This record gives sequence, structure tokens and C-alpha cells, in this order.
Amino acid sequence: MKKELKVIGQPIPKQDANIRASGKAIYGHDIVLPGMLYGAILRTEHPSAIIESIDVSEALKLPGVVCVITADDVDVNNIGYKRDHPILKKGEACCTRDELAAVAAETKAIARQALKLIKVKYKVRKGVYDAFEALEDSAPQINQFITGKFENKNIAEKFQYGHGNLEEEKKRSRHIISRRFTLPRMTHACMATSNITASYNNLDKKLLLYSSTQVPFLYQRDMAHALKINPSDIRVIQPVIGGGFGSKLDMHPFEPICALLSMKTGRPVQIIYSREEEFIASPIRQPMIIDLTAGVDKDGHFTFREINIIKDNGAYTSWGATTPFVIMQSFSSLYKVKACSFNAMAVYTNNVFAGSFRGYGNPQATFALERVIDLLADELGMDKAGIRLLNANEKGEITGQGLHYDTCGHKECLETVIEKSNYFNHKTSGKNDRYKRGIGLASMLHVGGGAKIYRSDGCGTTLKIDPYGYCTIITGSNEIGQGSETVLAMMAAEELGIELKKIKVINTDTDVKPWDVGVHASRTSFVAGNSLLGAIRLLKEKLNSKAAQLLNIKDADFEYADNKLISGKSGERIALDKVVREMHFSEPNELAIASFFYEPSSKFQDKEFKGNVSGTYAFAAQSIEVEVDTYTGNVQVLDIYVAQDVGKVLNPLLLGGQIEGGIMQGVGYALSEELLMHEGRILNPNFHNYKMLTASDTPEIHFYPVETHDKEGPYGAKGVGEAPLIPTAAAIANAVCNALGLEMLELPITPEKVLKALDDKKKRKK
Amino acid sequence: MKKNSIKKETLHEVTFTLNGKKVTCKIKGATVLLDLIRDVFDLKGTKSGCNEGECGACTVLVNGAPVNSCLYLAINANGKQIETIEGLIGHDGTLHPVQDSLVQSGAVQCGFCTSGMAMAIKSMVDLYETGQHVPGDIRTELPSRDEIKKYLEGNLCRCTGYVKIIDAAEKLFAKEDCR
Ligand code: FES
Ligand code: FES
Repeated sequence: MKKELKVIGQPIPKQDANIRASGKAIYGHDIVLPGMLYGAILRTEHPSAIIESIDVSEALKLPGVVCVITADDVDVNNIGYKRDHPILKKGEACCTRDELAAVAAETKAIARQALKLIKVKYKVRKGVYDAFEALEDSAPQINQFITGKFENKNIAEKFQYGHGNLEEEKKRSRHIISRRFTLPRMTHACMATSNITASYNNLDKKLLLYSSTQVPFLYQRDMAHALKINPSDIRVIQPVIGGGFGSKLDMHPFEPICALLSMKTGRPVQIIYSREEEFIASPIRQPMIIDLTAGVDKDGHFTFREINIIKDNGAYTSWGATTPFVIMQSFSSLYKVKACSFNAMAVYTNNVFAGSFRGYGNPQATFALERVIDLLADELGMDKAGIRLLNANEKGEITGQGLHYDTCGHKECLETVIEKSNYFNHKTSGKNDRYKRGIGLASMLHVGGGAKIYRSDGCGTTLKIDPYGYCTIITGSNEIGQGSETVLAMMAAEELGIELKKIKVINTDTDVKPWDVGVHASRTSFVAGNSLLGAIRLLKEKLNSKAAQLLNIKDADFEYADNKLISGKSGERIALDKVVREMHFSEPNELAIASFFYEPSSKFQDKEFKGNVSGTYAFAAQSIEVEVDTYTGNVQVLDIYVAQDVGKVLNPLLLGGQIEGGIMQGVGYALSEELLMHEGRILNPNFHNYKMLTASDTPEIHFYPVETHDKEGPYGAKGVGEAPLIPTAAAIANAVCNALGLEMLELPITPEKVLKALDDKKKRKK
Repeated sequence: MKKNSIKKETLHEVTFTLNGKKVTCKIKGATVLLDLIRDVFDLKGTKSGCNEGECGACTVLVNGAPVNSCLYLAINANGKQIETIEGLIGHDGTLHPVQDSLVQSGAVQCGFCTSGMAMAIKSMVDLYETGQHVPGDIRTELPSRDEIKKYLEGNLCRCTGYVKIIDAAEKLFAKEDCR
């Protein structure tokens, strides 16, 4: 594509940023429907207990209460991809989130008061809160709905992968390092709490849901299965979403519960979580224990990696259990490695269950891997930048797992951050002895062109141009704040030669928009972008031939600019709106409309998890400088240098926002964020005790996009959304270890952990 | 059955200025300003992110100073000037410079924190414009990036990593008319 780009690559603010910035955007929290009731959910008091009885009679008597439901009142199916999760629990409670009853009332206050009047008789049991304990023979079966596919009753999911000759490579290794890494529970903490408004029309038996799901078509299907109704009778409308980051990939029990309350009452019902409820009952990043053994030969080439992962699945299975799909990619294919043996399992416990979270297991994997690479370099006496450059991935490489790197900016990313951060000459001391400085490197690999985990990874687009020359893009894809609709509008403006303000993007209604698998795997710009470009191609064919006919020229090759079609040969021009009017209103009366379904070239992986799962792959490297206060244990992140292979920068302003936002989530993961649990209960369900970073914690972020122009991507672009947070915690951990000359095996690296590590180091010296 | 009988609470009359217009209403003693604004005056631009005074999404200005409206008893608004995000925008739909700077800087992602951020930044700008610098003494120079960060500490944002929000505030101060 030699044409000069006019719109693509420009720093254009998000299309509806003005609406959001003026308080006029309608979020789920803002919806009020006529006759609407307010729903509230009663959760178990004990993470593990027999439920002997639930008495709702007093609640029902409270004036203003319209409906109370328990499992006995509904006929529904379990949810979750393993169908191991009842919407309302009966007979037993298995985790602190468990929904026992739900109320619909005239006001929020009455609904809350009614919950207090519900009497539940519990017989408290001793729960299992440790995954290793759950694997013991003596442990009880935690989830009663599984079929027993695996050798142990508490295994929810298992993944096994391997390539190369492990034993051979072990023998060949000069040094071998083994470590166990422990990764915490982190939560999305979207600024808008979870919410849904359900409106069931009992005349035509149709269910309307205002939902913040990020996968509306899968959601429609899952909801229908749960409620035992027809998917096509469900219409999902997405109001403006106040943060997603993966949390809205699963359908959660409160959503069908809200639908049930509406179906029972025949009135709209709204459920909005309180912040405390959000901390307790919304998903988390999977906690896991990673045992990693890795080797290196005498020249510094990586020889093998052996990985065993135990993930705490919690009481029910969510998409979180499938994160090893992504985790194994990093272990098998980030840097060249001859052999890999990967085992992961998700184990049921009475803890809260995970979900999907931006990065999908990859921050955990990258932390373990990049830490061990530092240790291998130390053993070998090689510098940490050099060992990474030596083993970096390359263009044209087909990895042991079968990923095809048609483009690959890995080395360039590393070189860039090494140079920009002055890696070899960074300061090692702070203003005095009390402060120590360190620098750390880490890379990452992530899918950059969708991920074929569902039968289709496709996206549909319908495109129309109206008689006034305005364009409407009806896309299957969704906007969850990341700016995808702006990028789509920019593509249409570029290709059709019309101003951005003449482009509308319709993407919020399942009754209207064509199918799409949903927002995940950093796929939207790539997949929805390609889908749109396909539709534009088709529509242009129609417009071109009409224009040629109108201009009475043979050649139907037109440029689109200034709202006009301009003949490539003769230079004759005709207004776009005029062409459309002539199409519509003169014979043979045709619409200026086109539809296209794009399916990426990626393949389903085989049973051994081998195959080219994504249309393309994204790479990044970060170099991070920290200063550690050895008196308080406080880690201050000073500068973050990040280079990312984005294929092509579509919009630097939005891209920068994705990078900075992702990185700050990574800094939180590294240093402060952890949902603390004790015996199945969450100890810090509020912003006061769950430490999210504030503006004051923002380090200087230096971003260098690397453009590799992937031939599969729209204008050469790759997915970007998840990558920035993936290597951040790893690089910070490496920097802290570099500063202090010790090891960190756990996240988050809190001041207490730093002080303890310093203390242990001192004791060892003595 | 005494639990179930909702007793009639006494209502209090409050009069205050809401986005430049004088309003009067009758409220319960425990009503917080956030609920009054959102539910009674139907101004949905002010958001609730926590209802516990921790996130700043509900920030409004009371006599020019930023407060968490989720903790502010509405009864205390009596006789005061209350400004919400809806009050920033001009009658002809032009954005206030604070809003415009946030938009142009790419500081708006999901936007749920934006109303609160905008109000906090506006209060900081106003303090400078009226010579009441934050923090401390009369000065002529612009606030530093660190001072801006400190001022915005009470407003959480999960999407942007704050960088572009801080940029937006910095650009605003750098503009001539803000000094
Ligand atoms: S809603 Fe008021 S501070 Fe969070
Ligand atoms: S833009 Fe989403 S929370 Fe700030």
C-alpha cells in the first residue's frame, strides 16, 4: 500500500470523548426504566457450609418487596463453560460469593433491608483453601457438578504440552535453575461496579438486557442456556461500559439472577454492585504457583524449560481456568528454546474463583520466566541484556509450538529499551546509602491477531452510505473504553475520503449488529478492522461501477478523497453523495450497502496445543528503573522504557493511552495490589485496603512503538491492548533484585516483603 | 412487626445553587449529596465508584472546593454553591477548557472517572486563577507536575494510568489565560 495515509496514524481523540467528558454518556449505572425495581443478592455468610434452610417469609412481608427467589423458585441450568456453577445455590455454599437468594423491591434501600430479613440456617464445614490440600486423597470433593474426567476429583482443568527432547537438552545444559513462584489474586477494580438492567416483556416473552458484557453474542447464547429460553428472544444492549479489562468475559450469576427477577415480576429490574460486593464477587486474576526449571548451554542459548503450574480455581470454573493456552505460549515460544515440557492444572478450592484479566495468565508466566532468565545470566556470568538479545525471537521463525512469526520486532524492542534506558550505565545508588537503585529488563510475547479459541474468531461488518454522503459502520465488535470505534471510524474516513464527523459506528445491539466473538485477546482493531476493510472493498466495487457509468468512462478505478470519487486515469471527479443518490434513486435502484465477515487465517490448535493460533503476534520489551528505600522497603518506580511491536501505529494518542494504562496496572500488580484472603474470606474489600495506584505513583513512561508492518493486519497493525502490562511486573521484580542483590519469588513486592528479604539476606551473611 | 413499619422521617428543606440555578427541595437528614444530585435532580454525570469516599468519581465542587459527594450530607449544601460536571459545559454545547483539555490529551478512556477528574482539575485551576495557590503561598509560577499529581491523588482511574490526565491539567495551566 503505497498511498499516503491521511487519517491513519494521526493522534485523534476518542470519538465520543466529549460526550464522556461532559457527563452525558449513559452507563449501566445511569439507566432508569419506567416501573423499574431494584435487585439485591444475599450471599452466604460462610465460605463452606451446608445450607439447611432458607426462610424468606419475613422478607416477603416487607412493604415494597415485590419478589424473593431462591434456587427452589427457579428452573435453570448451571453456567460456566464446564456447567459447574449453579446460578442460585442450593444445599451447600462453596465459596464466599455464593448467591443464596435474591430480592426485587421498589427501592434500593428496601431491597437491602429485605436481605437482612432472610433467615438462613447453616451448618458450617471446614473448607479447603489450599490447592495442594485439595489434591490430597482425604480432601472432600468441592464441586459436585463435574464429571470426573481427571484422576483427582478436585481437578477442574488440565493442560499438557511439550516440544523437543527434554532429557537431551538437560544433559547439554551448562547451568540449570529451579524456582517456585507465587502469584497473587489481583482484581480488575473497574471504576464502574458490575451492573445489569433486565427487562422482560411477558407479552411477547422477550428479554431485553442492558449489560456490560464484552462478548454479547456468546453471552446471549449462555444466558439462553441458563434460563432455558431461546437465544434469539434475548436482546443484549451494551450501555457505555465503565472499565472491562477482561472481567466481563464470563457471564456471572448476578446477570441471570436479574433476568429471573424481571421474568418473575414482569417489571424491569436493575442490579448494581456496591464497591464491597465488587471486591468480593467480581472476578480476579488467577492466583498460581509456578515451578519453573530452565537451562542454558555454555554459550548462553536457552536449552529447555520445564513448567508445573497449580492454579487455584476456586469453587467454580470460569474462563480463568483456560489461561494456560496463553501461558504455555510464553514458555514454549518467548525467546528461542529447544525443548519445553508444560503441565498446568486448575484445582477446585473453597476460595473465590478467577476470571479473565488483561494478559490472560501471561503476566504470571512472564514474571517467572524473566526472573529465571536473570538468574541464568548470573550463573553464566553473562550480562542480562546480552542473554536476551542472543535468544530473542526472529522474523520467519516457526516456534516449537508452531507459532509463525511472519513479522517480529522482539530484538528491536529489546535493543530500543536497552539503549534508551541507558541500561549499561544506569545509576546504582540513590541520594545516599539508604536508597538503592536497580534496573530490570523483561520481554513479552502475546497474540496480536485474535486467538482461535472459539469455532470462529471472526467479526462481521455491515457498511452503508446514505444519500448525503455519511457513512454508518455496523460492526459486530464492541467498545469497552479502549477506543476501537474511533480506530474503525478512522479507517473508514481514510478509505472513503470523508471526514470523521460523517461516520457513525453502531455496535451496541445484538438485534442489529452482525456476529462477532467479542472483546478479548487484543483482537478488536485487528479483526474488526480487517472486517471493515473487507466491507469497504465490496462497497467500493458498487460505487465505482456506478460512478464510471455516471461519468461515462470505462475505467472503474477511483481514488476517494474530499467526499469525491476521482478517476485514477482521467482525473474526472464525482461527489460521493451523488453516486449514492444515483444508486438509490435511479434504476436498477440499489442500496449503497455491503456486508463482510472476516475470519483470521489462524488455526485451531491440535490436541497437543500445536498450531498457529493467532493471525499475528505482538512483542514488547520494557526496561524499568527503580529506587528502593532500604529503611522502609518502599519501591519507587522511576522510569519505564517500553518498546512494543504494534505492527503499525493507527492512532498514537489512543495507543499511548493503552500503553500507559496497561503499564500502571502492571505496576500495581508488581508492587501493591493483592486481594487478601483468609479461610475463604476476602479481608480487604475496599479501596482503602486494596491498594490501587494513584496519580502520585505515576512514573515517567517512555514509549517507543516499533513498526513491523504485518501483512495480515489492517495497515500492518497488530493487537496492542494487553501487551503493555504483561512484562511490567517482571521487569520491576528484576530491577528490585538488581538493586538489592537478592531474590523475589512472589508478587506483589510490598515494603514488608522487601524488608523481610533484606533481613534474611543479612542473617545469611552472618 | 416493628421492624417492618417504616417510620415517617422528618424532612428538611434545603436551598442551594446548583450549577448557577437556585433550587429548593425537601430531603431526609441522611441523604447524601450524590444521591440528591443523581436521583432527585437527575444529573447522572456525577458517578458513584465506591460510595465510601475513596475513589473521587463523585467529586463535585462546593463553594469551589472539591468534595466527595458520596460522603457529603446534602443538608450541608444549604446556602452553598454546588457545581457538577453538567455545569461546566456552555449553553451552546462548547466544552469547558478543562473538558476540552481532557479530550484533546486522550485522557478519557472508559470515562467513568472523568467527571470527578474534571471537577478536581477545575478546582485546582480556579484556585490558581484567583491567586489562592495550592498548596501554600502566593506564587507566580505554574504548579509543577508533582503538585498536579498530588492534587489528583484522591481521584482513582483504572484505565489511563493517569499520564494523560496529568498532561491535560499541565497543558491547561500552561495556557495563557490560566495565569
Ligand atoms: S463514590 Fe464518592 S469517593 Fe467513590
Ligand atoms: S477512564 Fe476509565 S477509570 Fe478513568
